[in-house]
Amino acid sequence: MNDEDDEVAGVTFGGATDQGRQTDDDELLPQLVSHLREHRNRLRQQWVSRIQGAHLLQAMTSQEMAAETTSVYDNYVEVLETGSVGALRDYARDLSERIIPRGVETQEVVGIVLLLRDVLARSLFEKYQRDLPLLNRVLDAYEPAANRIANTVAVSFVDERERVIRQQQDSIRELSTPVLRVRERLLILPIIGVLDTERARQLTEQLLSGIRAHRARVVVIDITGVPDVDEAVANHLVQTVDASRLMGASVIITGLSPEIAQTLVTIGVDLSRMDTIGDLQGGLEEAERLLGFSVTRDSEAAGP
Amino acid sequence: MPGPRLFSILRQGSCLIASIHTALDDSQLLRFQQDLVETIGRDRARGVVIDVAALDVLDSFATSTLRDIGEMARLRGAATVVVGIQPEVAIAMVRLGLRTGVLETALDLEEGLARVDGRLAGAADGRRDR
Repeated sequence: MNDEDDEVAGVTFGGATDQGRQTDDDELLPQLVSHLREHRNRLRQQWVSRIQGAHLLQAMTSQEMAAETTSVYDNYVEVLETGSVGALRDYARDLSERIIPRGVETQEVVGIVLLLRDVLARSLFEKYQRDLPLLNRVLDAYEPAANRIANTVAVSFVDERERVIRQQQDSIRELSTPVLRVRERLLILPIIGVLDTERARQLTEQLLSGIRAHRARVVVIDITGVPDVDEAVANHLVQTVDASRLMGASVIITGLSPEIAQTLVTIGVDLSRMDTIGDLQGGLEEAERLLGFSVTRDSEAAGP
Repeated sequence: MPGPRLFSILRQGSCLIASIHTALDDSQLLRFQQDLVETIGRDRARGVVIDVAALDVLDSFATSTLRDIGEMARLRGAATVVVGIQPEVAIAMVRLGLRTGVLETALDLEEGLARVDGRLAGAADGRRDR
């Protein structure tokens, strides 16, 4: 976008002197880049000490720090040179992937990129301080590119972190509602953790497809691991029970804690259509009875 | 009846198997209800299994018709089981608050037939006991 702006300005005010300045400006960036390449080691060292001074990136060893800062520095200069942030974006994403699991925060990442911007701006200032108009033009060329870099890195980092979070949410969600077959035509569905509307909806879907896949006739839903049940969730459970019944399976709810029982009665949810049994063991015994299974202890095996 | 048949009513022993092949509109549903109730009497059926597996939606009219059929069949001396309600259909019905009342439901045709047989056997046992 900044390139376009420059071009528009060049066309609109395209006088002879401006033309001359335009060529000058075109040469400014390469000049700037070669300056930054030349003083690469010194500037990078300066940057690293600023990072350490600000207590950023303490999760990294000094070797890692050296390697990463070198790569970031080179990428940075390359973006200044080519004006294309594609490679930097890929690198930032890759870097984020490596450092996110180690607990690096957004502010740290943004902080180090801004520090690099400042270090480089200082060095430009030092170099051109004798010629103020030139310094102005150098900074005009440098600042938009530097800001774009800071932006790109921050956005890549946040994107990557959001991607990781989404992925984890998905896997938690899948893990959290297993539909298990205990016996022929008997399923159990242990629910652990907070039930929200989204999870309750997903649970219903998984249960119903489980009923069809396993041709289940009885389902035991165990909510021992659910800390709290509110009205919305209770209604969801009632709906799940009704939907299962429409598919020909009866549902037994087990593990209602005393607190939950009191809450449900107090808020007045209609649970008359739900079969409930105290604990999972009782639920399974009732389910086996419904299906005509009988479990007996083998007396010989039980003996000493 | 004009066009292809939209439902079929087959006899299997003392049981009727009524399959709905495609979504029926309200008048076709009433026609289905009428045919089925007539057939129950004619064939002296003791059980009816209504297969709705082909339907991807059951609206309030269809649900109440099924409920009515169940009630009428009971009055004519037959037990009714609705089979093959798809998971999505079940969820939608529950969301819409549609109630099937005392109507029995089962997973599929096989299960429904077993349910009706069990009922008939139970009823026969009960009579013998008395």
